[in-house]
Formats: sequence, structure tokens, C-alpha cells
Amino acid sequence: MNAKISFRDVVKTYPMKEGTFTALDHVSLDIADREFVTVVGPSGCGKSTLLSMAAGLVEPTSGAVLVDGAPVGGPGPDRGVIFQQYALFPWLSVRKNVEFGLRLMNLPAEERRRRAGRAIELVGLADFADALPKTLSGGMKQRCAIARAYAVDPQVLLMDEPFGALDALTRVQLQDQLLDTWSQEQRTVMFITHDVDEAVYLARRVIVMAARPGRLHKVIDVDLPYPRTEEMRLSPEFGRIRNEVWHAVYHQAPAVPAA
Amino acid sequence: MTQLTALGKSPAARTARRGPRRSRRAIALNLVAVVIGLAVWTLLATIGVQGLPGPLEVAAKAGELIADGTLLTDTLASLRRVLIGFLLGTLLAIPVGFLMGWYATARGLLEPYVQFFRTIPPLAIIPLAIVLLGIGEVPKVFVIFLASFLSSVVSTFQGVVDVDRTLINAARVLGASDRTIFLKVVVPASTPFILVGMRVGLGSAWGTLVAAELIAAQEGLGFRMQQAQLYYDLSTIFVGLIAIGVLGLLMDRLLLLAERRLTNWQERR
Ligand SMILES: Nc1ncnc2c1ncn2[C@@H]1O[C@H](COP(=O)(O)OP(=O)(O)OP(=O)(O)O)[C@@H](O)[C@H]1O
Ligand SMILES: [Mg+2]
Repeated sequence: MNAKISFRDVVKTYPMKEGTFTALDHVSLDIADREFVTVVGPSGCGKSTLLSMAAGLVEPTSGAVLVDGAPVGGPGPDRGVIFQQYALFPWLSVRKNVEFGLRLMNLPAEERRRRAGRAIELVGLADFADALPKTLSGGMKQRCAIARAYAVDPQVLLMDEPFGALDALTRVQLQDQLLDTWSQEQRTVMFITHDVDEAVYLARRVIVMAARPGRLHKVIDVDLPYPRTEEMRLSPEFGRIRNEVWHAVYHQAPAVPAA
Repeated sequence: MTQLTALGKSPAARTARRGPRRSRRAIALNLVAVVIGLAVWTLLATIGVQGLPGPLEVAAKAGELIADGTLLTDTLASLRRVLIGFLLGTLLAIPVGFLMGWYATARGLLEPYVQFFRTIPPLAIIPLAIVLLGIGEVPKVFVIFLASFLSSVVSTFQGVVDVDRTLINAARVLGASDRTIFLKVVVPASTPFILVGMRVGLGSAWGTLVAAELIAAQEGLGFRMQQAQLYYDLSTIFVGLIAIGVLGLLMDRLLLLAERRLTNWQERR
């Protein structure tokens, strides 16, 4: 089968003062090529950890993480990451931040500027291209981080609550933009969110996780066609799926005590 | 590492809080303070302490020392020692600090020495330096070198260790090699720490200089004061003190200016 990303029986434990802490407990999940999945679950259930493994920043304690069938050896520009904490380089302007990855690709200066400009335009930061991150609002920083990941045009986008700090309007705009680019360029997207509406609106499958220990709880298919539209958000089918996800997230059975 | 952290005392934190531009009112108050200080000094000199020269006497002496070129010669001699020692110390401290912060092996090998020598006041090295290096320029410059090296090395090291992991990760996922991460992330991110270390280093270099010159020198501000002491020449001592203070302040301001220029991207709270 052609899974783009696959987690095979992944366990992640962290050593504690006494014993170990299980952040992820035997997680198995396949994300198909060009699939859009969202991941939801209570805080601390291991969403970021799972994403970091696909990014190649965290190694599983046991089990395997494969990208294109090969074990992940480390991070690479084929997988773009948008971090929960923005992670902008504070000494670089918005434009320089966005160009950071493009410079590493040794593109000609003109091409680099063009692509950076397009990404900045896309997130609506054109007027702030020369501003330093310290002068940006939280939402603007987040948009800058998004532009930085988009600019290098990775096959896989790993997004950790990328729209969390945005106002409702910008959020909806960026959701639609993301879906647009995703359907045009057919990337694989793994998208973490706390927002159940967002999870359903974007994804073909919603992965619901549970905490203590962090594990897969439920995978919910979203049988709505793309392109998704505003009307769909109001449709009964959307409402039904949202309720299902909501219920799975907020009414989880108590965890089995960790062995 | 924990010990070094405690000693380093997060240099960035010290500079993090910086008030807004000083207001006119603050400057006026500073001036008032200076005038009051001079008045008290005059008062003490005229009625109080025996042998204490007043501001005018000291000013006259300063004029004299400027006119015959002594002050300039001494100042240049002192500055030369400090700058040579400070530059050598800082130039060595930055790569060593980076090595210690970046490679655990280098840290393990170098840390005991840095730790140990940090606990010895550089002045305590003077006798040893004189015995081993003679009484020429070398021991004086060496002691200054050591003083500035030790304070810069610790803050550089601290700066590298404190670089935000997520910034390094952000560079890695964009495809940056270790070399690129070092040059494009670690170096800029630790610049504020390095500059603070340099300021502390310059302060300690300047302090060490005067003591080094009190022993076996032929010129320099410390030497001049030592000579004056032999002849009860309090005015010259005062001129020396003021010159040292003013020069120290100027150098510090210069570095502060450079620091603000280079690190104005920092978020200050
Ligand atoms: N380096 C670490 N050392 C120890 N524990 C860790 C470490 N990193 C993560 N954890 C723990 O692993 C668990 C999962 O963390 P993770 O960041 O993946 O959660 P999350 O689902 O992304 O939460 P949130 O929604 O709040 O972002 C948390 O309980 C956290 O305390
Ligand atoms: Mg998280």
C-alpha cells in the first residue's frame, strides 16, 4: 500500500524521576499519499510528539516511523513543519525568515525573492515583509511561520496548531487557502488542531487521540467532497461528524492505567 | 554545567530590562547631583579633611598634566594594554565558548579549567605573572587578557547552551546542515550573550589594569598614581582616578551602543 507516512506500533517514553512516562503508547497509523488528516485530542496526549517523529526531530522509543516506506532518519526539506511556538528567527525580517529555507536550496536570488514574495502575499503579510518578528502580533508571527513552510513547497506539511493564534476571519481565509493549495499541489498534510470545526472542515480523516497514556482513540472519516464550502459547514452531515468528533474528544472513557 | 550556569547568571537577563530613553528630567537630576557633589567636595576641602585638594586644584593639576603631555602618554599606555589584552582575550574566548557550548567533549575537557580560573581573581595571578613573565609589558597584558577571556568565555558558552531548541529545529526541518545551523542560528542567537560578556570582560580588564600598573610600570595611569602617592600628591591621584572613571565609562557606553545596534531584534520586556 502506498502510505506516505506510517507509524508502526510507535511507543515514546520519557524517563522520569521514578520510572518512565509514556507519551505515546503503541500508535499505529497510516497517512496516505496526498491525504489530509487532522489530529485532535486533549492537551498532552502526544499530538506534537507524533508530528515531531514524522518530522524527524524525535525518535520513537520503539516501533518505526516511515516516510515513503523508508525509516525517518532525520528532518529534511521534503517535510515542512509549522511549529506550535512559531519558531521565527527573531533577528531576521519576515522576508528573510521566509527566504531561509529557499537560500538553503541554492535558488537564484530572483527565484528566491519571487517565491518568498508569493508566500508572504498568500498569508497577507506583504506590508510587513521588512518587519522584525518582535513587531508582529501573535497571529502575524504564525502567518510568517506558515509562509516560511509554504515557500519551500514541501511534499508533506506537518502543521502543529498553525491557526491557533489567528482571529476567526483570518483563520477561515487561511483554511480555504490551505485547502486550495493542497488540492492544486496535492501535498500530504498532517494538521494538529484544538478546534473540532477546523478538524472536520479540513480533513478527510480526523484522528482522535486520548491522553495518559497518549494513544489513538478513534479515526473518524469525513465523507464530504472537496472542495469544501461555507455551505457545507452548515450542512447536517457536517454537524453529525462534528458531534461525533466532539464526543470522541470530550467524552473519552477513562484511561486504562498504564502498565 | 549547572555550576557554570549559576556563575554565568544569565547575562541576557541583566540587560533585558532597559528603560525608555532617559528623560530631560532625569538628565537635569544627574546634573544637579554632580553640582551638589562638587559643592560637598569643595566644602570638605576648605574646612574639613586635611590635605584634600578641592575641585579647582584638581582641575588645575589636570590642566598641568595635559599641557606637559603626561596625562596623554599615561592614558595611551594604559589604553594600549587594556585593548591588546581585551582583544586577545575576547578573540580567543568566542571560539572557545562556542566549542564548549556546541561539543560536549570540548565542554568536558575545558570546563574544569575555566571553572577553576574563574574563582581566582585575576589580580592574584600578578605575582605569578611577574615571576614567570618578567616585569615588562607581557605580564600586565597577560593578566588583562586572562580577566577578559574568562568573563567572555563563560557568557559565550552560556549563550550557545541557551539557544532556543525550537529555532535549531526550525532550521533543521528547512534542510540546514550543522554548519549552517551554527553560523545562521547559533551565532546570531548568542550574540547578545557575547556582547554582555564583552562588557563584563572590559570592566574587569580595566579594573585589573590599574592594579597591574601599580606594580612595576614606567608609565600608565596606575603608575602615575603610585608615583603621586610617594609624594603625597593627592591632586594627581584625583586626576588619575577621574581619568580612569571617565575612560571606563566611555568604553562601556561604546560597547553598549554596539550591543544595542547589533541586538535590537531582541524582544525586551
Ligand atoms: N522532552 C520531554 N520530556 C519529558 N516529557 C515530555 C517531553 N516532551 C513531551 N513530553 C510529555 O509528553 C506528553 C505529550 O506531549 P505533546 O507535546 O506531544 O502533547 P500535545 O498533545 O501536543 O499537547 P498540546 O495540545 O498541549 O500541545 C506531555 O505530557 C509532555 O509532558
Ligand atoms: Mg502540542
